[in-house]
Amino acid sequence: MYNPTVARLTYRALLGRRRALILFLLPAMLLVIAAAVRAFNGADDQVAADVLGGFALATMVPLIGVIAGTGAIGPEIDDGSIVYLLSKPVKRSSIIFTKLIVAIAVTMVFSAVPTFVAGYILNGNGQQVAVAYTVAALVASIAYSALFLLLGTVSRHAVVIGLVYALVWETLFGSLIAGARTLSVQQWALALAQKVTGDGLITSDVALPTAVALLAAVTVVATWFAGHKLSRLTLAGEE
Amino acid sequence: MSTQIPQPSQAAPDTTQIHNIGYRSYDGPRLGRAYARRSLFSQSLRGAYGLGRSAKSKVLPMLLFAVMCVPALIIVAVAVVTKQSKLSIEYTQYAIFLQVVISIYLASQAPQSVSRDLRFRTVPLYFSRPIERGDYVLAKFGAMASALFILTATPLLILWIGSLLAKMDFAEQTKMFGQGLVSVALLSVLFGGIGLVLAALTPRRGFGVAAVIAVLTVSYGAVSTLMGIAFATDNTGAIQWLGLFSPMTLIDGVQSAFLGAPPGFPELGGPSTGAGVIYVLVVLALIAASYGILMRRYRKVGL
Repeated sequence: MYNPTVARLTYRALLGRRRALILFLLPAMLLVIAAAVRAFNGADDQVAADVLGGFALATMVPLIGVIAGTGAIGPEIDDGSIVYLLSKPVKRSSIIFTKLIVAIAVTMVFSAVPTFVAGYILNGNGQQVAVAYTVAALVASIAYSALFLLLGTVSRHAVVIGLVYALVWETLFGSLIAGARTLSVQQWALALAQKVTGDGLITSDVALPTAVALLAAVTVVATWFAGHKLSRLTLAGEE
Repeated sequence: MSTQIPQPSQAAPDTTQIHNIGYRSYDGPRLGRAYARRSLFSQSLRGAYGLGRSAKSKVLPMLLFAVMCVPALIIVAVAVVTKQSKLSIEYTQYAIFLQVVISIYLASQAPQSVSRDLRFRTVPLYFSRPIERGDYVLAKFGAMASALFILTATPLLILWIGSLLAKMDFAEQTKMFGQGLVSVALLSVLFGGIGLVLAALTPRRGFGVAAVIAVLTVSYGAVSTLMGIAFATDNTGAIQWLGLFSPMTLIDGVQSAFLGAPPGFPELGGPSTGAGVIYVLVVLALIAASYGILMRRYRKVGL
């Protein structure tokens, strides 16, 4: 299933040249904020949970997921160079699987690791806050990568749609309509974080079994459907 | 060769010519640089709303334009029906409330304006016309700022017309409408510049979109988080300077210092006039810097 050559090409497409800069920008910002908060405020569990929940999990993880997930396949379809890959004797489903693994790895490295470090800077992992949010970021990375990889195969405007989902649906509607929170990767990940900390520091609107089931379902279905789309891909002309 | 081809009038019978297929040189009026610049401007402005492009690419800008206008229409309808004496939203606050829409619009349209020219290497073709690098940058910058101005000023116009329909005080509403227009004009130029600079850095549209949205929303999120923390910890002196670090809070600071807008900063009355001057200077410096970076960017491109 895993094809090392495809993986190498995808890593290069994602991290080559200046593209990695934007991936470094967000974690650097999180660490700066964490350091500033610690300097202003001292260690405080509630503030740490707020910063990690508000900035790391709500903004940084989805943004990096969008960049890595759609960036793994979108540009290749966009400029048509995917035909050179598709004409090789590699199964389309294994192309998708490999690209998914790469996207997950990149998202995890650039979101979960900084979250963990920021958690330690903020309050030295008091009440397991750092570990809880790292677990949430890891799980969210998988689901976001699968979801946005699918978007990359479905639409040319994958990045915009992904951002609308991450910013408008999860943040705006999620704060206004309670029902929207049930259908949000962020809340599913928070359910796991809640399990790790154990008390009222982190709350999720979704019960743990539901969250795990939905996470697994979204990941598997999105990956399968992406493979399905890729095996019937028609190259659209430039608009 | 056949003799049916009309001989060009100015070509004297030239005995050394072996083969004349009748090409004639153009001696009509030449429209020149200003015309080319105007054409590039109007084509970019139309393109920013999907006009002259495929039906699919009209969907997103038109949808965002509608999303921008619908709240204004609702507010106006409520105001007219219930005969309110003032609108339930300030003109200057409207763009701040809908900043996500503005960011998404900018992120989707700035890259389509410049990235594709870079990727398909059409920029050298533009420069084979009688336009200079400065003309290209001015036309693109002007078109992006105008597109944003249309997006942000139309709802204000709706609000103003609605306020007149609801028989509110004409002079007061017009003054506030004017202040709102100044504020969104400043916002349009600032955001247009930032968006184009980020988009012009990469020929890949997707990365351009991500870069624009990341810079706009993340800087706003980071600044407002830090402001909240500074407020909670009584570092009130720091708050008015934190606003300098994100485009949206910059505009917010300028308009609450000079344009009579209610401050967006938590319960502090916004920046003082002195700080407001700094805000204006930073905004102008950012606009000048984005123009300068674009000029530098196009000094050597694709050749």
